[in-house]
Amino acid sequence: MIFTVVVLGAPYSSAANSTALRFCRAALEQGHTLKRIFFYGDGVHTGSSLSAPPQDEYKLTEQWQSLIRENQLDAIVCIAAALRRGVLDADEQQRYQKSAANLSQDFTLSGLGQLIEASATSDRTITFGA
Amino acid sequence: MTSMLCISRHTPSGNALAREALDTVLAAAAYEQDIKLLFMDDGVWQLLKGQQPSHINQKDITKNLSALPIFGVEEVYVHEPSLQSRGISRDSLSLNNVQLLTNEQTQALIASQQHILSF
Repeated sequence: MIFTVVVLGAPYSSAANSTALRFCRAALEQGHTLKRIFFYGDGVHTGSSLSAPPQDEYKLTEQWQSLIRENQLDAIVCIAAALRRGVLDADEQQRYQKSAANLSQDFTLSGLGQLIEASATSDRTITFGA
Repeated sequence: MTSMLCISRHTPSGNALAREALDTVLAAAAYEQDIKLLFMDDGVWQLLKGQQPSHINQKDITKNLSALPIFGVEEVYVHEPSLQSRGISRDSLSLNNVQLLTNEQTQALIASQQHILSF
Protein backbone atom coordinates (compact mmCIF):
# COMPACT_ATOMS: atom_id res chain seq x y z
CA MET A 1 0.00 0.00 0.00
CA ILE A 2 1.12 3.56 -0.68
CA PHE A 3 0.85 5.88 2.33
CA THR A 4 1.01 9.64 2.76
CA VAL A 5 1.82 10.49 6.38
CA VAL A 6 0.89 13.84 7.94
CA VAL A 7 2.63 14.80 11.20
CA LEU A 8 0.97 17.60 13.19
CA GLY A 9 2.41 16.91 16.65
CA ALA A 10 5.66 18.55 17.76
CA PRO A 11 8.60 16.37 18.81
CA TYR A 12 8.75 15.91 22.63
CA SER A 13 5.46 17.84 23.12
CA SER A 14 3.16 15.31 21.52
CA ALA A 15 3.30 11.52 21.59
CA ALA A 16 1.90 11.67 18.05
CA ASN A 17 5.33 12.64 16.74
CA SER A 18 7.11 9.49 17.91
CA THR A 19 4.05 7.37 17.06
CA ALA A 20 4.33 8.67 13.49
CA LEU A 21 8.01 7.72 13.43
CA ARG A 22 7.21 4.16 14.56
CA PHE A 23 4.37 3.93 12.04
CA CYS A 24 6.72 4.93 9.22
CA ARG A 25 9.31 2.34 10.32
CA ALA A 26 6.67 -0.41 10.60
CA ALA A 27 5.17 0.43 7.21
CA LEU A 28 8.56 0.24 5.51
CA GLU A 29 9.46 -3.01 7.32
CA GLN A 30 6.27 -4.59 6.01
CA GLY A 31 7.06 -3.59 2.45
CA HIS A 32 4.70 -0.62 2.12
CA THR A 33 5.62 2.57 0.31
CA LEU A 34 5.75 6.01 1.91
CA LYS A 35 4.87 8.43 -0.83
CA ARG A 36 5.64 11.46 1.28
CA ILE A 37 5.84 12.55 4.92
CA PHE A 38 4.31 15.98 5.35
CA PHE A 39 5.15 17.94 8.51
CA TYR A 40 2.52 20.56 9.25
CA GLY A 41 1.34 22.64 12.20
CA ASP A 42 3.56 22.10 15.26
CA GLY A 43 5.01 19.08 13.44
CA VAL A 44 7.33 21.44 11.54
CA HIS A 45 9.64 21.51 14.58
CA THR A 46 10.68 17.98 13.60
CA GLY A 47 12.75 19.62 10.85
CA SER A 48 14.90 21.62 13.27
CA SER A 49 18.52 20.55 13.36
CA LEU A 50 19.01 22.31 16.70
CA SER A 51 17.10 19.99 19.03
CA ALA A 52 19.40 19.09 21.94
CA PRO A 53 17.66 16.71 24.37
CA PRO A 54 19.34 15.42 27.57
CA GLN A 55 21.76 12.53 26.99
CA ASP A 56 19.52 9.89 28.53
CA GLU A 57 16.53 10.78 26.34
CA TYR A 58 15.50 9.44 22.97
CA LYS A 59 17.03 11.47 20.10
CA LEU A 60 13.75 11.91 18.28
CA THR A 61 14.70 14.41 15.58
CA GLU A 62 17.94 12.49 14.86
CA GLN A 63 15.86 9.33 14.46
CA TRP A 64 13.65 11.09 11.93
CA GLN A 65 16.70 12.34 10.06
CA SER A 66 18.26 8.89 9.81
CA LEU A 67 14.96 7.24 8.82
CA ILE A 68 14.51 9.77 6.02
CA ARG A 69 18.14 9.53 4.87
CA GLU A 70 18.47 5.75 4.99
CA ASN A 71 15.23 5.17 3.10
CA GLN A 72 15.56 8.20 0.82
CA LEU A 73 12.11 9.38 1.89
CA ASP A 74 10.44 12.52 0.63
CA ALA A 75 10.08 14.64 3.79
CA ILE A 76 8.36 17.99 3.29
CA VAL A 77 8.01 20.67 5.95
CA CYS A 78 5.14 23.07 5.23
CA ILE A 79 6.79 26.39 4.44
CA ALA A 80 4.01 28.68 5.77
CA ALA A 81 3.74 26.77 9.06
CA ALA A 82 7.55 26.59 9.38
CA LEU A 83 8.24 30.29 8.74
CA ARG A 84 5.74 31.28 11.45
CA ARG A 85 7.43 28.95 13.93
CA GLY A 86 11.02 29.85 13.11
CA VAL A 87 12.08 26.81 11.09
CA LEU A 88 14.04 28.18 8.13
CA ASP A 89 16.38 26.91 5.45
CA ALA A 90 19.24 29.03 4.09
CA ASP A 91 17.13 30.55 1.30
CA GLU A 92 14.41 31.70 3.69
CA GLN A 93 17.01 32.97 6.16
CA GLN A 94 18.34 35.21 3.40
CA ARG A 95 14.90 36.23 2.17
CA TYR A 96 13.74 37.34 5.63
CA GLN A 97 17.16 38.53 6.83
CA LYS A 98 17.15 36.27 9.89
CA SER A 99 20.14 35.43 12.08
CA ALA A 100 20.21 31.69 11.40
CA ALA A 101 18.86 28.78 9.39
CA ASN A 102 18.00 25.57 11.22
CA LEU A 103 16.25 23.19 8.81
CA SER A 104 17.95 19.81 8.73
CA GLN A 105 19.22 18.92 5.24
CA ASP A 106 17.05 15.79 5.21
CA PHE A 107 13.90 17.94 4.96
CA THR A 108 12.58 20.25 2.23
CA LEU A 109 10.42 23.34 2.69
CA SER A 110 7.45 23.41 0.35
CA GLY A 111 3.73 24.21 0.16
CA LEU A 112 0.45 22.49 0.96
CA GLY A 113 0.14 21.43 -2.67
CA GLN A 114 2.74 18.76 -1.83
CA LEU A 115 0.31 17.25 0.68
CA ILE A 116 -2.63 17.30 -1.73
CA GLU A 117 -0.58 15.88 -4.60
CA ALA A 118 0.78 13.10 -2.37
CA SER A 119 -2.68 12.18 -1.04
CA ALA A 120 -4.14 12.14 -4.54
CA THR A 121 -1.54 9.57 -5.57
CA SER A 122 -1.61 7.42 -2.39
CA ASP A 123 -3.93 4.69 -1.17
CA ARG A 124 -4.22 6.14 2.35
CA THR A 125 -3.48 9.40 4.16
CA ILE A 126 -2.64 8.88 7.83
CA THR A 127 -2.56 11.86 10.21
CA PHE A 128 -0.74 11.94 13.54
CA GLY A 129 -1.47 14.63 16.11
CA ALA A 130 -4.97 16.05 15.59
CA MET B 1 -9.93 13.60 -9.13
CA THR B 2 -9.68 12.10 -5.66
CA SER B 3 -12.47 12.34 -3.11
CA MET B 4 -11.14 13.99 0.06
CA LEU B 5 -12.77 14.97 3.31
CA CYS B 6 -11.18 17.42 5.71
CA ILE B 7 -12.39 17.00 9.30
CA SER B 8 -11.88 20.08 11.48
CA ARG B 9 -12.25 19.32 15.19
CA HIS B 10 -10.54 22.18 17.04
CA THR B 11 -11.63 25.60 18.34
CA PRO B 12 -11.08 28.67 16.12
CA SER B 13 -8.66 30.53 18.39
CA GLY B 14 -7.34 27.99 20.87
CA ASN B 15 -5.31 26.12 18.32
CA ALA B 16 -3.68 26.87 14.96
CA LEU B 17 -5.19 23.66 13.55
CA ALA B 18 -8.47 25.40 12.62
CA ARG B 19 -6.74 27.79 10.26
CA GLU B 20 -4.35 25.12 9.04
CA ALA B 21 -7.28 22.85 8.19
CA LEU B 22 -8.89 25.63 6.19
CA ASP B 23 -5.65 26.32 4.32
CA THR B 24 -5.47 22.63 3.44
CA VAL B 25 -9.03 22.69 2.09
CA LEU B 26 -8.21 25.71 -0.06
CA ALA B 27 -5.05 24.02 -1.35
CA ALA B 28 -7.04 20.91 -2.29
CA ALA B 29 -9.58 23.08 -4.10
CA ALA B 30 -6.76 24.86 -5.95
CA TYR B 31 -5.49 21.44 -7.05
CA GLU B 32 -9.01 20.65 -8.28
CA GLN B 33 -9.63 17.77 -5.93
CA ASP B 34 -13.11 16.74 -4.81
CA ILE B 35 -12.72 18.27 -1.33
CA LYS B 36 -15.40 18.48 1.36
CA LEU B 37 -15.22 19.96 4.84
CA LEU B 38 -16.77 18.53 8.01
CA PHE B 39 -16.91 20.38 11.33
CA MET B 40 -17.27 18.23 14.41
CA ASP B 41 -16.39 18.16 18.11
CA ASP B 42 -14.92 21.55 19.15
CA GLY B 43 -14.54 22.42 15.46
CA VAL B 44 -18.17 23.56 15.41
CA TRP B 45 -17.16 26.62 17.47
CA GLN B 46 -15.47 27.91 14.31
CA LEU B 47 -18.92 28.49 12.81
CA LEU B 48 -20.29 30.68 15.58
CA LYS B 49 -21.44 34.17 14.47
CA GLY B 50 -20.11 37.40 15.95
CA GLN B 51 -16.56 36.37 16.78
CA GLN B 52 -14.08 39.19 17.37
CA PRO B 53 -10.69 37.48 17.27
CA SER B 54 -8.88 40.77 16.55
CA HIS B 55 -9.08 41.43 20.30
CA ILE B 56 -6.63 38.60 20.81
CA ASN B 57 -4.51 39.47 17.77
CA GLN B 58 -5.94 36.75 15.54
CA LYS B 59 -7.48 36.87 12.10
CA ASP B 60 -11.18 36.20 11.63
CA ILE B 61 -11.59 32.70 10.25
CA THR B 62 -15.32 33.15 9.43
CA LYS B 63 -14.53 35.47 6.49
CA ASN B 64 -12.48 32.71 4.88
CA LEU B 65 -15.18 30.15 5.64
CA SER B 66 -17.86 32.17 3.89
CA ALA B 67 -15.59 32.44 0.83
CA LEU B 68 -15.33 28.66 0.43
CA PRO B 69 -17.89 28.41 -2.43
CA ILE B 70 -15.88 30.97 -4.41
CA PHE B 71 -12.94 28.57 -4.26
CA GLY B 72 -15.08 25.66 -5.39
CA VAL B 73 -15.70 24.06 -1.99
CA GLU B 74 -19.45 23.43 -2.21
CA GLU B 75 -19.93 20.71 0.38
CA VAL B 76 -19.63 21.84 3.98
CA TYR B 77 -21.00 19.56 6.68
CA VAL B 78 -21.60 19.94 10.40
CA HIS B 79 -21.90 17.05 12.84
CA GLU B 80 -25.22 17.92 14.49
CA PRO B 81 -24.67 16.04 17.79
CA SER B 82 -21.53 18.20 18.30
CA LEU B 83 -23.71 21.33 18.00
CA GLN B 84 -26.34 19.93 20.35
CA SER B 85 -23.91 18.90 23.07
CA ARG B 86 -22.47 22.43 23.07
CA GLY B 87 -25.85 24.17 23.03
CA ILE B 88 -25.24 25.82 19.66
CA SER B 89 -28.34 26.39 17.52
CA ARG B 90 -28.36 26.43 13.74
CA ASP B 91 -29.39 30.12 13.84
CA SER B 92 -26.15 31.08 15.52
CA LEU B 93 -23.97 29.69 12.72
CA SER B 94 -22.25 32.13 10.37
CA LEU B 95 -22.72 29.86 7.33
CA ASN B 96 -26.16 29.14 5.90
CA ASN B 97 -25.22 26.62 3.25
CA VAL B 98 -24.03 23.88 5.60
CA GLN B 99 -25.60 20.44 5.84
CA LEU B 100 -26.21 19.04 9.30
CA LEU B 101 -25.40 15.34 9.67
CA THR B 102 -26.48 12.72 12.18
CA ASN B 103 -23.99 10.21 13.57
CA GLU B 104 -25.01 7.67 10.93
CA GLN B 105 -24.73 10.19 8.08
CA THR B 106 -21.30 11.28 9.38
CA GLN B 107 -20.11 7.68 9.41
CA ALA B 108 -21.40 7.15 5.88
CA LEU B 109 -19.70 10.33 4.64
CA ILE B 110 -16.34 9.34 6.15
CA ALA B 111 -16.62 5.81 4.79
CA SER B 112 -17.36 7.09 1.28
CA GLN B 113 -14.14 9.11 0.96
CA GLN B 114 -10.83 7.96 -0.49
CA HIS B 115 -8.81 10.25 1.78
CA ILE B 116 -9.41 11.82 5.19
CA LEU B 117 -7.42 14.89 6.17
CA SER B 118 -7.85 15.10 9.93
CA PHE B 119 -7.27 18.31 11.88
